[in-house]
Amino acid sequence: MDLSGLTIDSTRSAIAERKTSATALAEAFYAKIESDDPKIGAYLILSKEHALAKAAEIDALAGKGEALPPLAGVPVGIKDVLVTKDIRTTAGSKILGNYVPPYDCTAVARLEAAGAVVLGKLNCDEFAMGSSNENSAFKPVHNPRDLSRVPGGSSGGSAAAVAADMAVATLGSDTGGSIRQPASFCGVVGLKPTYGRVSRYGLIAFASSLDHIGPLTKTVKDAAIVLRTIAGRDPMDSTSAELPVPDYVAELDKPLKGLKIGVAKEYFGEGLEQETRKAIEAAIQKLASIGCEIVEVSLPHTKYAIPAYYLVATAEASSNLARFDGVRYAFRASGIRSLSEMYRRTRDQGFGAEVKRRIMLGTYALSAGYYDAYYLKAQRVRTLLTRDFEEAFKKVDAIVGPTCPTPAFKLGEKVDDPLAMYLADIYTVTANLAGIPGISIPVGASKENLPIGMQIFGKHFAESTILRVANAYEKAS
Amino acid sequence: MKVTDKDVSYVADLANLELSEDERTRMVRDLNSILDHVESLNELDTKDVPPMAQVSDRYGLDESKQGSDRFAYASRDDIHEGLRKSLPHDVALVNAPDSDGTFLKVPKVIER
Repeated sequence: MDLSGLTIDSTRSAIAERKTSATALAEAFYAKIESDDPKIGAYLILSKEHALAKAAEIDALAGKGEALPPLAGVPVGIKDVLVTKDIRTTAGSKILGNYVPPYDCTAVARLEAAGAVVLGKLNCDEFAMGSSNENSAFKPVHNPRDLSRVPGGSSGGSAAAVAADMAVATLGSDTGGSIRQPASFCGVVGLKPTYGRVSRYGLIAFASSLDHIGPLTKTVKDAAIVLRTIAGRDPMDSTSAELPVPDYVAELDKPLKGLKIGVAKEYFGEGLEQETRKAIEAAIQKLASIGCEIVEVSLPHTKYAIPAYYLVATAEASSNLARFDGVRYAFRASGIRSLSEMYRRTRDQGFGAEVKRRIMLGTYALSAGYYDAYYLKAQRVRTLLTRDFEEAFKKVDAIVGPTCPTPAFKLGEKVDDPLAMYLADIYTVTANLAGIPGISIPVGASKENLPIGMQIFGKHFAESTILRVANAYEKAS
Repeated sequence: MKVTDKDVSYVADLANLELSEDERTRMVRDLNSILDHVESLNELDTKDVPPMAQVSDRYGLDESKQGSDRFAYASRDDIHEGLRKSLPHDVALVNAPDSDGTFLKVPKVIER
């Protein structure tokens, strides 16, 4: 069975027309994973029994000739920071190595209610902290396009699984670019919705004011289908918005003519690699040729985004990760005699280097005497960055630019220099700080055949607009 | 150098981390490198800029409503017995490293 061309709709109709069954399809994906994943490392945990039970349910429906739900039998993978009832969930960390959640993440539950078959849990940087997937406590992920390179992070497994046809669609999480950057590195579509659009219930928290759940897919339409399925108010997340969910799919083909697209010069400055620049400029030309009006805008505080982001994100992380103390979540260091020793030893043995680094930085930024200079300062700069977007969106409907300054780098290239790794997130962290939606779509490849991604930002809750632009580009190219 | 060995020990203590000698040495180096970069924020005068703690108090709200009415959707009715039960004991304790079947067990608490 050729799995490479499968989209959500083609999968569902193949099952509805009895050309294949959900069970046969799940088996085919597991066979593919068994043969190809040892060299890629996208999956941490396979949930075969669970998947086959779900597939059988779909096949029974199809057998009775009943109408199938929108994602019927679609094999999906879930980033391992989203909890899944009775399926081990590690967040890529030793400290949760044996944790089996007693409940489901809302986004996953909604996918399954729509008929999706969860194949397993996908590798990621520990607690979603990283830009290369090298911070996974279990194994690195290799980029399917070039195995010597990183897939990006932190949703590296989610991007690699889609790129290597080991899932039709996946869910990732994005706190500073963790969906869009790996999508760009692996040549797939990755969407970070507006803050509040998708419930965060069941997402293991890294930085609660910046965390988002979103899809990674082969096509823009599939991203729209997944978003339509997982979006919407959830009483279990009080920050989830009460706004109605538009039919993103129905709106995909609305004409683009006259849409104003902003280009910010701050996204084309120093550090942007030449081939990437050329690919993005060509993509912008393409948008102009299909009827968009290109307008120059300015996002003047962009260069302060990385420092503001790494203070806010680590401060929140230091607080969120305090819960991992050896009392509740399966792992406790052995041979301990006192409570404080249990806390320290468990955390020392359970957390990896990058997680400890961020807990330390965040704790420092929140500590007495430094709170105003670091944490509060960063929050004020966050306001300025958000105002930049508000001003720009008075003039334009969407803003486009590169997702990353370079294509995928080599494994090991940046592991010893945390700051260099952080700086690679320059174009993605802004959307998390401001809470606006962003999508990365493939727009070409470098001479070495490495994918290049273009990012499209929209106004708060204007996912329809960026999906439309992305879809029009995809169809025109 | 902003962060010293002593600062690292103090902050590690606040964060309930122990850190080996090697980890401490690296932490001094890494934190200083990151904090040097963060220094650039001081180029901005933010005295009159309000801090932003989160996104959802600004967007996606019904603009016709004012004050606490705007956030009324985020509250819920009191949950009385039976509406949404918490996890049963045996399920809640499945992941416990140590328990007696009713409570989570931890080492004796005499001093911190």
